[in-house]
Amino acid sequence: MQWLNKVTASLYAALIEGERWKLYLRGLGKTLEISAGAVVLGILIGVIVAIIKVSAVQKKMGGHCGVLLRAGEWLCDVYLTVIRGTPVMLQLMIIYFSVFASMSDGTLAAIVGFGINSGAYVAEIVRSGIQSINRGQTEAGRSLGLSAGMTMRFIILPQAFRNILPALFNEFITLLKETSVASVIAVPDMVKNATNIKTKIYNIAPLYVTALIYLVLVVGLTVVQRKIEGRLRESDRR
Amino acid sequence: MIDVKNLCKSFGSHEVLKGINEHISKGEKVVIVGASGSGKSTFLRCLNLLEQPTGGTITFDGIDITDPKNDINKLRTRMGMVFQQFNLFPHLSVKENIKLAPVKLKLMTESEADKRALELLARVGLPDKADSYPGQLSGGQQQRIAIARALAMNPEVMLFDEPTSALDPEMVGEVLEIMKELAEDGMTMVVVTHEMGFARSVATRVLFMDEGVIAEQNEPGEFFSNPQHPRLREFLSKVL
Repeated sequence: MQWLNKVTASLYAALIEGERWKLYLRGLGKTLEISAGAVVLGILIGVIVAIIKVSAVQKKMGGHCGVLLRAGEWLCDVYLTVIRGTPVMLQLMIIYFSVFASMSDGTLAAIVGFGINSGAYVAEIVRSGIQSINRGQTEAGRSLGLSAGMTMRFIILPQAFRNILPALFNEFITLLKETSVASVIAVPDMVKNATNIKTKIYNIAPLYVTALIYLVLVVGLTVVQRKIEGRLRESDRR
Repeated sequence: MIDVKNLCKSFGSHEVLKGINEHISKGEKVVIVGASGSGKSTFLRCLNLLEQPTGGTITFDGIDITDPKNDINKLRTRMGMVFQQFNLFPHLSVKENIKLAPVKLKLMTESEADKRALELLARVGLPDKADSYPGQLSGGQQQRIAIARALAMNPEVMLFDEPTSALDPEMVGEVLEIMKELAEDGMTMVVVTHEMGFARSVATRVLFMDEGVIAEQNEPGEFFSNPQHPRLREFLSKVL
């Protein structure tokens, strides 16, 4: 009984006292804001980088176009190497203190930082997806007179996305949890607020509360993934 | 209609086509036969530049298609192609497969393409499959849809790359039947195939390819009854 009393008291201090639950919600809002922004930016960067890398492999063109493509491929390789080769916390701090230092709130820096970081992983996932599609699909599209870009957009990418959906959601889940690192650039996300409360009330209940919120979010994402996969499978009846 | 001059193609140091000269006129049904590795598929795939020739020129309706200044996408809309592996788009329904290129290239409106798709499906004998997905169809049905998809662009010539080679034997007939009807309607056709019966009954001309050149060609009667080239005699003795 004493044990239960202790838990109740801790939770009361962590959540109810001083309307602290609002701090978790505000932190949750920040976490979601950063994650959503970074996911969009990451997909954008990832798809572009993947297409450049795949095109560079597929055609060995001469002329201006070929030089441009090779330069683009080189840039993409540098980007992938640097981003995947350094810790996200350092990347975030470097971006914040070198570009966004004048802003008091690090939210934008966090979105940009996590977006650029996630883009590198998404790029490799998308590239593997594009390469998983049979060459015959491209040939069929091109033989009908569709341009390379249209073939990519209407034929290859839709099929590629279907194949990479599990890997992509894996990346989103990792990203969602990784945004907790944003506290190093003074973003009041969920973890930041929870540690503040923890310090104030001298117990670690806020950490459990925050962990539970993350868990619910991830389970929710997994449910969304199942739903999308189910709907895609419907058009894939065999 | 199609003029091929000194066409060469190498993959690395491997020379597949060694200087092909050929003229295909409007309305002709040219069947290309030969052993595997003789270059017949590569030759066909050069005609719409799915393979980039390493030498020579291909002129289609007076336009040099090997000249990078000419818009190959535009030229390809005038040449249909049917593949050995069908290559239908598995994420799209049959109707969407047929409509995709005409609609996205703005050659037809959504409703015109709808109408055209249903017409073509009736023509290939699959009017009830419009909303099916390729994965639900047999190989023969898929290939007939692939033919319909190519025809949706109203091409002036149809290229067939071993269209029946990936089919179960009992499905070969239905695909050849569609091709035969197409030929009777006056379509210009270039067909790479191992179906000698089809060559005999449909072709206006049969080409025999061997080691990257056209070793012999003739109208089908003479071609099969009176082969000259020793390699062709050997080939025919094996396949007939």
